[in-house]
Amino acid sequence: MRVALFVTCVNDALYPATGVATVRILERLGVEVDFPAGQTCCGQPQFNTGYRQDAEPLARRLADAFRGYEHVVTPSGSCAAMVRGHYAGFGAQAAALAPRVHELTEFLVDVLGVTDVGAYFPHTVTYHPSCHGLRLLGLGDRPRRLLEAVEGLVLRELPGAEECCGFGGTFAVKNPDVSAAMGRDKIDHAVSTGAEVLCGADNSCLMHLGGVLRREDAPLRALHLAEILASTETEPLEWTESPR
Amino acid sequence: MSGTFLGMPAFPVAAKAAVGDATLRANLRHATHTIRDKRAAAVAELEDWDRLREAGKQIKDHTLRHLDRYLLKLEEAVTAAGGTVHWAADADEANRIVTALVRATGETEVVKVKSMATQEIGLNEALEAVGIAAYETDLAELIVQLGHDRPSHILVPAIHRNRGEIRDIFRAEMGEWGRPAPDGLTDTPADLAQAARLHLREKFLRAKVAVSGANFMVAETGTLVVLESEGNGRMCLTLPETLISVVGIEKTVPTWRDLEVFLQTLPRSSTAERMNPYTTMWTGTTDGDGPRDFHLVLLDNGRTDTLADEVGRQALRCIRCSACLNVCPVYERAGGHAYGSVYPGPIGAILSPQLRGTESEIDASLPFASSLCGACYEVCPVAIDIPEVLVHLRERIADQGGHRLERAAMKAAGAVLGSPRALAAAERLAASTRRLHPKRLPGASAWTDSRELPEVPAESFRAWWKRNRT
Repeated sequence: MRVALFVTCVNDALYPATGVATVRILERLGVEVDFPAGQTCCGQPQFNTGYRQDAEPLARRLADAFRGYEHVVTPSGSCAAMVRGHYAGFGAQAAALAPRVHELTEFLVDVLGVTDVGAYFPHTVTYHPSCHGLRLLGLGDRPRRLLEAVEGLVLRELPGAEECCGFGGTFAVKNPDVSAAMGRDKIDHAVSTGAEVLCGADNSCLMHLGGVLRREDAPLRALHLAEILASTETEPLEWTESPR
Repeated sequence: MSGTFLGMPAFPVAAKAAVGDATLRANLRHATHTIRDKRAAAVAELEDWDRLREAGKQIKDHTLRHLDRYLLKLEEAVTAAGGTVHWAADADEANRIVTALVRATGETEVVKVKSMATQEIGLNEALEAVGIAAYETDLAELIVQLGHDRPSHILVPAIHRNRGEIRDIFRAEMGEWGRPAPDGLTDTPADLAQAARLHLREKFLRAKVAVSGANFMVAETGTLVVLESEGNGRMCLTLPETLISVVGIEKTVPTWRDLEVFLQTLPRSSTAERMNPYTTMWTGTTDGDGPRDFHLVLLDNGRTDTLADEVGRQALRCIRCSACLNVCPVYERAGGHAYGSVYPGPIGAILSPQLRGTESEIDASLPFASSLCGACYEVCPVAIDIPEVLVHLRERIADQGGHRLERAAMKAAGAVLGSPRALAAAERLAASTRRLHPKRLPGASAWTDSRELPEVPAESFRAWWKRNRT
């Protein structure tokens, strides 16, 4: 099977390891991965802030980049939800992209039919289900099932897991005090689990949470689900120098 | 809408103060988490909740689509039952009507119950200006009024107060308004309730005029319906000689049978009760029973403008259950006052800017007072897609000119993101200068005041792909 990788602008510029991890997982499972270089951003920041006209050309560009691919896979529930939920209003080509876009865990579980992706990650992990994946895409227990199948991984329940972390795109900047208060509560809950890793499937939420936990010097690190699933016994995840 | 909340700072500024108030945050957290868990359990008891939710949505949408017809039908039914209907286009007109009606009775005080609409129009202040005292009789409203405060929640207006604060307010203020608090009043709920009961009972028995709102108005029969928990509503609605009900036009339902749906969904969504303790219904006047005179003031005050907006009109389905407030992580931290309106929380963030317009600073800030997490939509018993309306209203504000710097930033982002080549170049520049990036960027303080910035990687994904796979 050949799929197109929609890496998202945040992953591309700030979290390339997530994109690399996604490629590793898919290739390990026998999927051929393309990266159409014409892609940039799905337009969600513009759309959600009220600049629909600025979002439209980006949506059209993205749809054009993925023309001809039956499956488009992205390691971001939020960006997948943007395409799935709002592209119908951006012309026929964009509308046609919507049903072909899969968030990574959806693709693994629903399309490939696997929950054990052969990963090895001997650490304690707690999982934060980002709002858009949880409520707009309805990812349900797919991420949990994938994590539970990882060898060596101990999954800890995150108290108040379904509460928003406070990122919310430009909300994080327009309402910084409320956003940071929500982020600190989420980090406190994550710390209370005793886990080494706070795992999520959206790097925008993790950018906010990682920023809070580094500022608070909290004893855990934020990590994208894809990087955990990519880690194997022979090719383990390389922890970066800074512990968090 | 009312002048009560005008001059409020924009949401982020008002919220900043609330976030820093540890007592307020603890009060709000405790109250919202308790009620949200109870609500979830009460809703889970009904196997047909999803169908009830859909039915409520459809009944409201149908009514709103034919509102002109149903309002005329309502007027006809109320009039036939011996009531008088008044039409108020805005707050000033509604206040003039009610003031004239009270003056005509010769009374100088009124008791009030269940009337967010009268808070919306600032009726208490309008009555006070002509020498008429208006006494709130809902326990929480009483606490708010005695505390010279503003409501901060739709269902629990004094949610921001704890027991100790309420005891102090009762001790200090009750004597100024009527019967003083009993000596040695403690902060136990039973003691506080008894003090309020004694204080209010005196007012109920004395009052000749009552002002109420209503949860529903049945067009078919001209019946008004109030759901409440304390019995104060029934006192107000039955004891006085004159009853004046001020109700938003969107509270109409076509038939008696439609109540079947809302009498199930409203209590469970708001108080997590299977049924509320008191449901009072009245149709015009009845000889020898209840008020001699009944007036219904039908309030527009921005509602027909809201109805004209295809996306935004769904806000008028709201049955004021407050479930969205209780699950909202933003409301939980910011508190109700930050919304600068009688309707706080997610529903307030879409209702107030539509009823009042988006010209003021506070109204222009409300559609952004959300992280778009969607929890409000999930719990709404009439399926109002609040995030959809928030984004729609953000668009309206951006079209008005938006925020200058933001518009510029969107354009700049568009220029980079509009071309993969420009994006790659920007990424290369960021990567090559990463060691020079300061920890706290000027202009990014909204982020860096409380969070670290992400480190720029040595290589973008795009560059990695080019190096490894092509």
